[in-house]
Amino acid sequence: MAKKQIMPLWFYRLASPKYCYQITATLLPYFAAITLALLSIGIVWALLFAPQDYQQGNSFRIIYIHVPSALLAQSIYLTMALSGAIGIIWKMKIADMVAYACAPIGASMAFVALITGAIWGKPTWGSWWVWDARLTSMLILLFLYFGVMALYSAMGNSASAARAAAILSLVGLVNIPIIKYSVDWWNTLHQPATFTLTEKPAMPVEMWLPLLVMVLGFYFFFATAMLLRLRNEILLREKRTSWVKQLVSEL
Amino acid sequence: MLLNQGIYSGNRDGFEVVHMIRAFWAELNRDLLLAFRRRGDLLNPLLFFVMVVVLFPLGVSPAADFLAQLAPGVLWVCALLAALLSLDNLFKSDYEDGTLEQLVLSSESNYMTAMAKAIAHWLTTGLLLALMAPLLALMLFLPTEAIPVLVISLLLGTPTLSLIGAIAAALTVGLKKGGVLISLLVIPLYIPVLIFGASAVQNATLGLPVAAHFAILGAMLIMSLVLAPFAIAASLRMSVSS
Repeated sequence: MAKKQIMPLWFYRLASPKYCYQITATLLPYFAAITLALLSIGIVWALLFAPQDYQQGNSFRIIYIHVPSALLAQSIYLTMALSGAIGIIWKMKIADMVAYACAPIGASMAFVALITGAIWGKPTWGSWWVWDARLTSMLILLFLYFGVMALYSAMGNSASAARAAAILSLVGLVNIPIIKYSVDWWNTLHQPATFTLTEKPAMPVEMWLPLLVMVLGFYFFFATAMLLRLRNEILLREKRTSWVKQLVSEL
Repeated sequence: MLLNQGIYSGNRDGFEVVHMIRAFWAELNRDLLLAFRRRGDLLNPLLFFVMVVVLFPLGVSPAADFLAQLAPGVLWVCALLAALLSLDNLFKSDYEDGTLEQLVLSSESNYMTAMAKAIAHWLTTGLLLALMAPLLALMLFLPTEAIPVLVISLLLGTPTLSLIGAIAAALTVGLKKGGVLISLLVIPLYIPVLIFGASAVQNATLGLPVAAHFAILGAMLIMSLVLAPFAIAASLRMSVSS
């Protein structure tokens, strides 16, 4: 007896590299356009029109890069670990490729978050770096990304490399709640979360609305960058199949 | 294991547990016997521990009050590095002579084998390092009242290091250049243990309470004892099959 279909058909077909390559081709321009629109609106709004902070003056504006990149660094880790788990459990090639595509983007986001944090810390806290719980756990996140990337580069992009990296990223998943709650569990210099789902932000609307636009823009940027890397990876790993050969010969 | 369950009907669950415990002891026995037959190798992490600790008075400053301040962190970092460097050999010889393949293929629970191997690693490195630490603590002028805390924190922390480290060792056992890679994979995961272990000793030197640190080290130990064998077993299966 055939299993009951829970999701629409196109969702199942995404697991096929060929179909995934085709559907991402149609999606990619939209993602890229939305990214461009949101980021340009967000940057102009944030840097020119959002009001100054009464204490920090203009230096607070780095929040519009810092918060989205820090949020994304954690979300991408979650995406990487979950798609790694899907790859282990259901042996889906696409899930392995998504995890592989995520790692360097996540590492660069963690790096951007740390760097912008340091630049912001100098005028407000008086030092580039503080060994506080949020900063340290974010640094560990960057190291975890480096570990996953080192594992990939040592093992190539085989199926066993995907399993190894998935196991490692699942183990490293313990760090995510630590980052999230580090500002609540410890008395830190770092301020509490900017956005929560349950409460209103502590900032006025004119300040957090452009931040929301930037956050959404960063998420779409990640989707765009990930799809680009994913499509490359599909072509590389499926290079022996007839549809890729045909695609290449048509170029 | 799943196949076996069909054969032993009746009091199956009781049988399974006894069987698993027996497999655990057999593996632990074997690993300890192997380690004991190569007694020279047992000394290596200890010698490394001593030598790296000795570098600090010589390289930084031999002043007693300065060393006493530095001691908790230095002792913990050096013990961590000694445990880290011994990971490379954890599965290597078993992998090379095919024993690991047989263990993974056997009907015994991979979970128990993995746990036994990690605990054997702790008994031959972490335990010895913890017992060695008081001597080095005296050489670094750590206040005597902090020495029991140092030993207890190492006894609670080093098994976690062995369990987490075994995951990375299992992931990289099939690779030719495993050494530096293991450190890259493991050090981020070791940081929490180091933070709480070293700050327990730090607190003891200042006469502050350490119960909370011990509780967190114990919690990390229990969590890694329960969860790490899954990851070790999965990594071993991956390494053997590739």
